[in-house]
Parts: sequence; structure tokens; C-alpha cells
Amino acid sequence: MSIDTGPTVTINGTPYALPTDPRTTLLDFLHQNLALFGTKKGCDHGQCGACTVLVDDERINACLVFAFQLTGKSITTIEGIAKNGELHPLQRAFVNRDAFQCGYCTSGQICSSVALQKELADNAPSAVTFSEDYSPREDISERMSGNLCRCGAYPNIVDAIEDVIALEPQ
Amino acid sequence: MQPFTLTHLHNTSELDSTSGAKNSRFIAGGTNLIDLMKLQVETPSTLVNLSDWQDETRIVEHDEHFRIGAMVTNTQLANFASTTPGLSLLSQALLSGATVQLRNRATTAGNLLQRTRCYYFYDTAKACNKREPGTGCTAVNSENRIHAIFGTSDKCIATHPSDMAVAMIALGAKLALVAPNGEKRTLPLRHFYCTPGNTPHIENNLKEGELITAVILPKQAVGSQYYHKVRDRSSYAFALVSVAAGLVMKDNKVSALTLGFGGVGTVPWYPETTINALMGTELTDANIEKALDAELASAQFYGSNNFKPPLLRNTLHKVLRALAQHQRTYPQHEGALYEN
Repeated sequence: MSIDTGPTVTINGTPYALPTDPRTTLLDFLHQNLALFGTKKGCDHGQCGACTVLVDDERINACLVFAFQLTGKSITTIEGIAKNGELHPLQRAFVNRDAFQCGYCTSGQICSSVALQKELADNAPSAVTFSEDYSPREDISERMSGNLCRCGAYPNIVDAIEDVIALEPQ
Repeated sequence: MQPFTLTHLHNTSELDSTSGAKNSRFIAGGTNLIDLMKLQVETPSTLVNLSDWQDETRIVEHDEHFRIGAMVTNTQLANFASTTPGLSLLSQALLSGATVQLRNRATTAGNLLQRTRCYYFYDTAKACNKREPGTGCTAVNSENRIHAIFGTSDKCIATHPSDMAVAMIALGAKLALVAPNGEKRTLPLRHFYCTPGNTPHIENNLKEGELITAVILPKQAVGSQYYHKVRDRSSYAFALVSVAAGLVMKDNKVSALTLGFGGVGTVPWYPETTINALMGTELTDANIEKALDAELASAQFYGSNNFKPPLLRNTLHKVLRALAQHQRTYPQHEGALYEN
């Protein structure tokens, strides 16, 4: 056993000292300590996905992890998705497809779909991957089921993702 | 959230009596525990952080079994199982649970130890014997649509929520455990969970401070396997009923069968009565009915969950019919599915 000693976490390429209060979730750390408000607090219980961020390129709910659990990890929030002033292709596709209405869930949706792109490249299965009546749209919906949209922009969200990520019929 | 003291476990050898102290909790992924701490359902005075516990983060293949480290995430395990002959059932169960975000954090041992999603357990304004022993069970006489029919008592009817555990029960998993004094033991998962009886707050047979270090999964011959989950929406919902099944047919009769029922038990339910009744029989509708009726003889219903027996019946029929068809179509899937 050891007592906590000044760990750091990297967020969008910049290292930060972790908060002293171990009760601080990653989501609260982003908001309260770093003023990074792009990651949204929806339910705060891991049910809506509005707080989705990437940890070492994997998507997680920032509301359900304490900052201290991510010592030494590299985190990408929505503020770190665009590179050199250029929107990520998925951000551009969300704009082109009008894949949001109020926009509150959008940062989570985009972070989630960025991770989805990598998961597909890595051949990670979903619950419908081996389904006899497989359809790419159903697969996207299944893989994005951790991101709710109360405005119901789902068809356009799937359209936007399909524009960037080509899923082959099985 | 209540304040807590934070300590860290880096190696299994560091486990000591302080890590098992009363009102101390291990935190692995934290996807359930943090939620419960926010609601003050859980108010640990100490958290033992397992994020740096590197001893148990791998899946290791042995001659007779796979050893799944306690800290292997649900995503890692689902990906591994999806490409491993004989573990298709486990992959299907894992992928039907939660979301990618949660599976990326949730660990193998944490999944097994997650708490019920009974509404009254979560609501600190309601009586709950599991949360506060002796206060009563609100669910028994209230809305109990999601609640259990097997293994219940008048003190608690909360279901165990894990899909993974249902598949692991069916697959004959064992747990590797280590105590704070270094003592190691293994325990079949089927004997790990406790039905509520008069002590619903005691959910498993872990001793004080004992840690799950791994899940031991016996290597299975291929067989035909299916995990079917029925729920209120097509993704990201807990099971109302689920059936995990593995089947081998020989000469049109059941030569090997394993089952697990989810969403219906206070513990992941191993329906031994049904399995024994179906062994050696033809999988006719009448035989399936009779076998399930024998299991349901011990079931209790509480009003809003009266739909579960017929839903379980329909789900079991669907799964066994599909597996029998699969066995006829793919004879290479013949083989001893389940040998314990």
C-alpha cells in the first residue's frame, strides 16, 4: 500500500496534476479544474453518454471514473478532436448531415463515433456482428447505444457516421 | 459524496488486513461503485484503488482452461471470447450487456460483484433489507416488474444484473480467490452467490478482505451455444429474461446440455432441474415444457413480474429450437460441450 503522491494525467496533449480530492470524477475535473466544458454532464450516472471522452483512444463515461484512476493516461476530449484548425471528418459529417438539434449530446456522440472508427478497424465485434440479418445501420445503432439523443436525431447521426465509416455487409 | 481515504494496491502480495477492513471497498473499473457512492447507497470509508494492480490484467491459456485476470475488461474478454472456440456464449452475453463505454472500464471481477439494479435498493428513501438490513423489502408489495422469481425470500426479491455471470455459470467457471493472509482457494461460480434468505445484504461467499484474482474457464468443446436476452429496448438494458445455453445432440437426443437463466433469479440462475430433465431426451415442445415446469415449481411471483414464467418459457423454447437446428446444420459442432 502507498499513499497518494502527486500523479498526473494528460489531457489533449497537456499534462496536469490530478485533483487533491479523490472524490473528483474526470468529468468534474474537466469542468471545475480545467474549464473544459465541451464534455457535457447529462445524467451523471453513465446512462446517457453525453460525457463520453477517449482514454488512450478508448471511449469511456467521464462521469463514472475518478480522476485518480487515470494516472498516467492520455485523455482526449471533444476540444482535442479537431487537429490544426481542421474539423475531424466525423465532426464535418455531423454538420453536413444536421446530426443534432439542441447539440447537448453531440460532443459525446462525436467522441463515441471517433472511437467506433478505431474499434471497427480493430475488428472488435458488437452484439449484432454475427446476426443472420446483419445490417450496417443496425450495427452502428448498436455500437452507439451508449449515447442518447433526447431530440431524436438518431437517423441523421447514423447517416453522418455512415458517411465516414464504411461498414461492409456481412 | 462522502469523503473516503484512498490507498493503492500494486501487487497481490501487498494485500493485507487493512485492505479488507470493515467499510473498505476495492475499486476496479468503478462503473457501478461510483454510481452507488454518488447516491450514498455505498459510503465506504476507504477505497483501495486497483488501477495499478498489474498482476491480473491478462488472459492466459493453459492446457485445460483459460485464466481470465480479475482486471481484464469486459471489452477485452468479449473480443477474446468472440474468436475463441467454445466461448461464443460468453462473448454474446458480454456484448449484450451495457455499452462500449462501460465495457471498456468494467472488469471481469467487478462485473461479478456488481450490485442489483432494484429501484428500491437505489432509492435511499425506501426500505431495503439489502441496503439497510432489517428495514424491510419495498419490492415485495410494490412495483416489481424487473424482480426475481427464483431464489427469492420475503426479505428480498432483487435480481442479479450480470449477463456475463449467467454465461459463466453455464460454462462452469471457477473463481480464484486470495485472502489478506495470502491463502488461496478456488470456488465454483455456481457456489459463489448467496440467495437472500434472511440476510440479503450477504450476496456472496467472499470472506472478509478476500479478493477475486481470476476466473478460470474450462476449455469447452465447441458445441452449439446461444445467449438470448429479452429486454425493454434492443440495446443497453438489463434482462427481463435471458437464457444462456450450450447443446450437443446425438441421434436426435440431448447428449450434452448446459443452461443459465438471467433476469429471473436473485443470483445468476443455474437451472439444474431443467438440465437433468432434458438430458437424453428428444427436444420436443412437451419435453421442454415438462423440464421447465419442474424448475418453475420452486418459483414465486409477486404481481408485476407474473409475466416472467411465460416469457422464460418462450425464450427457452426459442433458444433450444435454434440450437437443435444449428446442431443438425453443423454436425462439426458435435462434441462434449460441458465436462465437469
